[in-house]
Amino acid sequence: MSSPTNPASIRLEQVRFAYRAGSPLVLDIEEFVLGEGESCFLHGPSGCGKTTLLGVIAGVLEAQQGRVEVLGEDLRRLSRGRRDRWRGEKLGYIFQMFNLIPYLSVRDNILLPAQLHRGRRGEGLEEMAAALGIADLLDRGVLELSVGQQQRVAAARALIGGPKLVIADEPTSALDAAHRERFLELLLGQARQAGAALLFVSHDQSLKGLFEQQRSLPELNRATRLEGA
Amino acid sequence: MLIASLAWRSLRNRRVTTGLTVLSIALSVALLLGVEALRLSARESFSSTISGTDLIVGARGGGLQLLLYTVFRMGTATNNVKWSSYEAWAKHPAVAWTIPYSLGDSHRGFRVVGTNGSFYERYRYRRTRTVEFAAGRAPRAFDEVALGSDVAAKLGYGLERKISLTHGIGAAGIMDHDDKPFRVVGVLARTATPIDRSLYITLEGMTAIHVGWQQGAPPEPGEELPAAKLTQKDLQPEAITAFLLRAKSRIDTLRIQRDVNNYLDEPLMAIIPGVAMNELWSTVKYAELALEIVGGFVVLVGLLGMLVAIYTTLNERRREMAILRALGMGPARIVALFVMESVLLAVSGCLAGVGLMYVGIIALQGLLEREFGLYLRWQGLQWEHAIYLAIVVGAALLIGLVPAWRAYRNTLSDGLSLRV
Repeated sequence: MSSPTNPASIRLEQVRFAYRAGSPLVLDIEEFVLGEGESCFLHGPSGCGKTTLLGVIAGVLEAQQGRVEVLGEDLRRLSRGRRDRWRGEKLGYIFQMFNLIPYLSVRDNILLPAQLHRGRRGEGLEEMAAALGIADLLDRGVLELSVGQQQRVAAARALIGGPKLVIADEPTSALDAAHRERFLELLLGQARQAGAALLFVSHDQSLKGLFEQQRSLPELNRATRLEGA
Repeated sequence: MLIASLAWRSLRNRRVTTGLTVLSIALSVALLLGVEALRLSARESFSSTISGTDLIVGARGGGLQLLLYTVFRMGTATNNVKWSSYEAWAKHPAVAWTIPYSLGDSHRGFRVVGTNGSFYERYRYRRTRTVEFAAGRAPRAFDEVALGSDVAAKLGYGLERKISLTHGIGAAGIMDHDDKPFRVVGVLARTATPIDRSLYITLEGMTAIHVGWQQGAPPEPGEELPAAKLTQKDLQPEAITAFLLRAKSRIDTLRIQRDVNNYLDEPLMAIIPGVAMNELWSTVKYAELALEIVGGFVVLVGLLGMLVAIYTTLNERRREMAILRALGMGPARIVALFVMESVLLAVSGCLAGVGLMYVGIIALQGLLEREFGLYLRWQGLQWEHAIYLAIVVGAALLIGLVPAWRAYRNTLSDGLSLRV
């Protein structure tokens, strides 16, 4: 089974997932490993099971077969409630856009994971906000922010409390080219500083050079290969 | 608590919808409580039409009938009480006071009550209020009359006006006592009870206008006795219609009632006003029930408005749900968030509703008392109201489960995908 010698933040083995029993497989992954503190660019055009894979790794969706080990937890052995708590405490997650709760201030948005979970700490907010260039926005309403500012706030929220894994689902696709690179540098820098592994999914191949590992989801996922054939 | 704080801030963010929803719940709650206050006030107004009287005594017949013609000036008596019987009871050692009523005449549709000084002195309504004069004084001579406030207002009569009474309850002009006109010497202050709708003369006056009458028929022409020729003997009443009685000790009431009912000289009956009033009120129970049912439905409509208001936000809030899921909020807490929003809306609605009702009662009190003789009183927040409000919040909680359940389904099917 898993090799205990090599600690990993994500380890998928023989994972199969379908939305309903009997419906076609959406995911069929033989093996995927992301080492501790490592950054990975996962290339995936739309419709290749990208969001589904992230759902499985984040413990929102439950794989029917195989082994899903994330940050040392065997997710298929955890109950749904335990997985929710685990996700809130240990993971950071950044969406493509609209990351923020519209009725909370920037500060409250960033601190929300710490408020939701006792096991997650909200310290270091000011430093991180300064590093991400949003220090003067903390008490604003989120609707006043530009898209780029919103994504940086989302990054701060994902990184608050020092999670060991940050999952980013096309976080740059709403940004223009100039902001895209800047955002990515900030995100990678902060993740590295926090010792967090970063799983970055995008269809924009131009960014992949900044990552330590580059993978292609269609190659990884046998389910899409079968469908394509 | 975080969920409550999130729910509160989410509601505050949708100010207009939230405000309108709270307003609709507040209006429905105010209406429910207002209807309840109206119901209790009507009941209280009704049952306090007469206070301080232990027994009403009249000729044997229907108890309800006796109550109606003595207290409410409705219907007629079939028999009289002999003056000697009245005197016997008035002087009874266990009796504190009596108020005699002699009925049967009218003036332009308003009843005429022959009574004596103890009516102005002893009669109580709404617990402790007495009959008072807005102008003038009580009639003392047999040709003097005092008017209830409605009578004075509707007919436009003032002091010193001469009026003639009509025999029986019919329209004026058929059998008028125009041989013996009365002079208005007093106008009673408004009581908002049936007292306002009567004219008051002395017992002697009542006797005087019927001198020479036999078997309810007027004297033959030429046989009328002019007022000037009436003697004291002529004015001695032979009978009255009924009398109100107060016992020296409340404990004696039942004994006196039994003794009156067994009185050997003539068939009499005594009723306890409170008991008879309750009996009468129970006949309008259906109206009360109807009011309550309408109130309940009004609240239901208000809460359905809340359901619509929350439900329509569900789609635009799917993104928010996905974010909360990503932050590790379980479906149970998402359900709790939605239910909490409903409960907060309902609680704010209830509070605003109670306030609205207070304002409404203060605003309408004067009008209702003036126009309808209904004394609208807010009895203070009582257990029943607390129970009503708890039911409203409980119903909101149940109704809130509907959008919450839908949101729960959404979060499970959406997972982490952002629906835009």
